[in-house]
Amino acid sequence: MSTLIIRGGRVLDPAGGFDAVADVWIENGRIAAVGENLEREGAAVLDATGKIVAPGFIDLRARLREPGLEHAETIESGSRAAAAGGFTTICCLPNTTPYNDSATVTSFIVDRAVNRAAVRVLPIGGLTKDGAGEQLAEIGAMKEAGVAAVSDGDSSVMDAALMKRALRYAASFDLTVLEHCEDANLGGGDIHDGSKSMLLGLTGDPVSAETVILARDVILCREASARIHFAHLSSAAAVALVRQAKADGAAVTADAGAAYLDLTVEDVVPFDSNYKVRPPFRETSDREALIEALADGTLDAIVSDHAPHTGNVKMQELESCPPGITGLETAVSIAIERLLHSKRVSLPRFVELFTSGPARVLRRDDIGSLTIGGPGDITVLDLEREWTFDAETSLSKSKNSPFLGRVFRGGPAATVVGGRMVWRADSGLEA
Amino acid sequence: MTPTTLTPTIALGRPSRRNLLGIEELSRAAIEQLLERSRHYKTRRNQLDPKLSETLLGKTIVNLFFESSTRTRTSFEIAAKRLGAHTVSIQAQGSSLSKGESLVDTLNTLAAMQPDTIVMRHAASGAPHFLSRFLSTPIVNAGDGRHEHPTQALLDAMTILEQRGTLENLRIAIIGDIAHSRVARSNIHLLSKFGTDLVLCGPATMVPASLATLAPGITITHDMRRAVAAADVVMMLRVQLERQTTPIFPKNEYFQFYGLEVDHLRLAKPNALVMHPGPINRGRELSNEVADSRSSVILNQVENGLFVRMAVLERACAEDSQ
Repeated sequence: MSTLIIRGGRVLDPAGGFDAVADVWIENGRIAAVGENLEREGAAVLDATGKIVAPGFIDLRARLREPGLEHAETIESGSRAAAAGGFTTICCLPNTTPYNDSATVTSFIVDRAVNRAAVRVLPIGGLTKDGAGEQLAEIGAMKEAGVAAVSDGDSSVMDAALMKRALRYAASFDLTVLEHCEDANLGGGDIHDGSKSMLLGLTGDPVSAETVILARDVILCREASARIHFAHLSSAAAVALVRQAKADGAAVTADAGAAYLDLTVEDVVPFDSNYKVRPPFRETSDREALIEALADGTLDAIVSDHAPHTGNVKMQELESCPPGITGLETAVSIAIERLLHSKRVSLPRFVELFTSGPARVLRRDDIGSLTIGGPGDITVLDLEREWTFDAETSLSKSKNSPFLGRVFRGGPAATVVGGRMVWRADSGLEA
Repeated sequence: MTPTTLTPTIALGRPSRRNLLGIEELSRAAIEQLLERSRHYKTRRNQLDPKLSETLLGKTIVNLFFESSTRTRTSFEIAAKRLGAHTVSIQAQGSSLSKGESLVDTLNTLAAMQPDTIVMRHAASGAPHFLSRFLSTPIVNAGDGRHEHPTQALLDAMTILEQRGTLENLRIAIIGDIAHSRVARSNIHLLSKFGTDLVLCGPATMVPASLATLAPGITITHDMRRAVAAADVVMMLRVQLERQTTPIFPKNEYFQFYGLEVDHLRLAKPNALVMHPGPINRGRELSNEVADSRSSVILNQVENGLFVRMAVLERACAEDSQ
């Protein structure tokens, strides 16, 4: 098998406590050595001078739409977008058609990923059957088939007793429950509840839709002696609850979606579905609280929250449009601008939020680090590269993004999965 | 691999400058111009003026109503016919997606037949604004969800202007479910541009504090007597039971606290006007006595709607000067 040496970059491995200019040697798909002046005859060499060399980035939250909604995205197209976005591992939510609530669907995704995907794909199994919040899904069988976590995707289990049972049950299989916090009665709005929703006559989505469920789940997870991960938090109030729960010793983790570090309700273009996300973009103070929480350790990861939609569903009046925007190709660049260029988060902490942070959420020690003998997954970053996010060149099948046309400073320079270069900024996808 | 072929290729038209999507984005001068033209049409209503029916000769106006409406649709139709335009009225049932066609495609199909103006009503806020980004045909908003109903605000302004001679320095109370009312939003935007004192009144489920940020000059009260005190105009809103998915008030006690009765009018300025966008709901929003009193200008509003819509259609169908 091939040998790859990534030469002369600033190698950052938060899990191993390594931060120095060095070479990374990958042999037979695995990390063989990290050190100075590594030489190996016949090795392919990637010059990373002036760049950051990190363990492969992990995304805890993407929707790949396959099976069932292949016009919007497939495992193949989504994984290519992930490669272009600097991710070497992506977790895909169960809200496909059919819903991933069985070993059959899980196996299909695993097989398809092996044959078609450009990066590693870890399926997330449904917490309840069909995501309906009524009966537990076959969590044990899905674990055997390869799910990395369980979640009801984009809805909360409204029945608190069932949620407590689900937390307990998932814990027996050592699976983290990933929770989208939204009270079904309070939530469901088109934009953040406030003066703008009032002005536009749109249904507002209040912070309480998020915090009511989050607070409930902290209580339930402590009582169930289980653990829970809160996904794509949107508000300062939610962050404060997580901070308190962690201080109290609850087994909780949480993440923020990259777009939420950039956009607020002020940026929302009226009636443009590319700004409709759930939870919604909130106020500047909420965005600042998310950034602060990423810096101080309250939040553990940054996610792409990739939600491709295409065709008729987005060509509707706003209230009929499903929420969600694409994110795999823009997440890292948004985070570079909002966290690094703004000097809000240190570089080692930044890398942690995309590597060992999400790996810990999944309780995986085989990804997210540069452990010798571990998988040769590497994300190379160029913090100064200027590039434009463009519908023509985007690798996702869907183009629903408020960032189309945006010029970013900084982004991935190369993506290496199992020692194989899958994407390079200067030449695109590798065949 | 060409994934982009699966994305609908919608030609982005240039949004027409002759759209009338809402009052919020109109300047005071543009509003005054429309009111002036409305008055012009009203003064000619009894004259046999052949030129009138040639104003929009050869123009085609499509009335596209995704939500049922009798008075607004009829008013637009008569206005168009008086100006000599052809009209086609379409009552669309439900969401177009239920037929497998997106809203944009439905409108594109109509636009391909090259009407001069599309008048549309839709139950979703922002539906015409969203469509205007894809169409170059001028769109006149005949009411979008809870957002705006610009011709209603114009006809209300015309009615106040006729009765009071000015829109400035008035105290106007708007009473009812303002949070869910497109009539209220358009009126608030319009009247605020003329420096009116606006008092919004209803229970907090209908009149939340965030309404105060809508425009300058707004005060909020939940007390009916305070709202009507010294008012020049009392605008009552329809209680829209059909627009509420979950009840925001106990309907049997609404009239007791927020219905307009003759006693209230004694607190208002002498000869205060009572307005209502219709259809009125006697015993729910206002008493019989108030509805039939001399203060009520509800029928004047309906009449003026015709002239306002003539002015609006004239503007929408005008040839671009550049």
